[in-house]
Amino acid sequence: MNQSVKFLFIFMLTLSSAKLQAQDIDLFAEKDTVKVKDITTATFKSSRVVNGQSIENVGVGVLDFKILHRFGAINQGGYELFGLDQATMRMGLDYGITNRLMFGIGRSTYQKQYDGFIKYKLVQQQKGLKEIPIGISWVSTLIYKSLKSAPDAQYIEYNTDKIAYAHQLLIARKFNDYFSMQITPTVVHYNLVSNSSLPNDFKSVGISMRQRITKRVNITAEYFYRIDKIEGYHDPLTFGLDIETGGHVFQLHVTNSTGMTERTFINETSGSWTNKDIRFGFNLVRAFTLKKPKALKNIQF
Amino acid sequence: MKKSILSFCFLLSVYLVNAQLFATKTGQIFFNATGGDVKIAAVNNQVDSKFISTTGQIIFGVLIKGFKFENQLMEDHFNENYMESTQYPKADFKGYMTNVKEVNFAKDGDYPVKVEGNLTIHGVTNKVSTVGLIQIKGGKPTMIGSFKIAIKQYGIKGSYIGDKIASEAIIKLNCKY
Repeated sequence: MNQSVKFLFIFMLTLSSAKLQAQDIDLFAEKDTVKVKDITTATFKSSRVVNGQSIENVGVGVLDFKILHRFGAINQGGYELFGLDQATMRMGLDYGITNRLMFGIGRSTYQKQYDGFIKYKLVQQQKGLKEIPIGISWVSTLIYKSLKSAPDAQYIEYNTDKIAYAHQLLIARKFNDYFSMQITPTVVHYNLVSNSSLPNDFKSVGISMRQRITKRVNITAEYFYRIDKIEGYHDPLTFGLDIETGGHVFQLHVTNSTGMTERTFINETSGSWTNKDIRFGFNLVRAFTLKKPKALKNIQF
Repeated sequence: MKKSILSFCFLLSVYLVNAQLFATKTGQIFFNATGGDVKIAAVNNQVDSKFISTTGQIIFGVLIKGFKFENQLMEDHFNENYMESTQYPKADFKGYMTNVKEVNFAKDGDYPVKVEGNLTIHGVTNKVSTVGLIQIKGGKPTMIGSFKIAIKQYGIKGSYIGDKIASEAIIKLNCKY
């Protein structure tokens, strides 16, 4: 009897304390201890820094129509209106298959090239649940030069001879809202090179950065250091200005490269900054949403 | 024997606490701030909310980066240029359902509730009061609400506000607890 009273007492006590507890909880005073995954976005403003690939992908279900346009060299003087009379361009379509995977195709007027690439985010910079200070992506590009060999050439190239591949690792970090940097180890493989003393694989390292100056304007810079060089070509160096408008990013820049594929702009840049053999250019991007994000389906606003 | 009764009491007490505290981490919030031709709207499916049925105390918390737009670029602009989500990663609401006593949590039905409290967005806190609805179905409440906020009241700047972006955003909420 005595024991059961004791139990009853304990029972009542727990019950009342429970009730008390519910009344006493102050939701306002609760500290936020739950950590959530916070993936870093907008390390760069576009999927290309200028010529080279950036760690950014186009969004899932988004089709980007990109026009990369380069004028002629400015050192040609006033007669050519400092290069503005001439133009080379690359038209391309990029599509985001998943949050991590995208592909793109393009056609350049320069050497009548076709190219296609696949880019995959291996590691995403993030904080919260996990702290990962850098992001790493992989890009592989196939470049086909469809320009025909000269009629008097000693060797008529096979189609496979005109193919080159570029494999790149994009290692990037967004330090804060204002500054991002990317290092890009690159190998460009040529199926055929012009003489036997040259290797088929050309290694290089790219370095790119973005500095925000106002909410809508960013300065970009891009440089590739070539470890294996072809005689007569220069390291590509580009300075750009990214301007964001409502639905577009408009990239203006000055560069010494003419080509816009990895083979041509990294390894075959003929212009040199010292000779003022540089050119103006711009990239235009128009995004089309082909597939709505899952979260937005079945929602009436 | 003693142990088992004690643990029974403990379980019961936990149950009682839970019975009065409702919580979700998967509430939905939508907003629409379309001002021109382009639709500016987003959804977030990770609203963290809790309320106590006895006192009517209610909180909502949401990560700004969790808002999903149709257009990736728009989402980036929303985070970087308008909400500055690195600096202000969260928006929250802390308030009371002033007439919570009128809600019978044991009985299915729709109960209108008056909600008053402080809404913090972009680091700026404003008082809001609105009318929502609690739907009880099988003992489980769902909170439905809709209200408007003036974007500039929260220190959010940009030349498009009042033009392509509406000066008032419509916010809709749906939380199943």
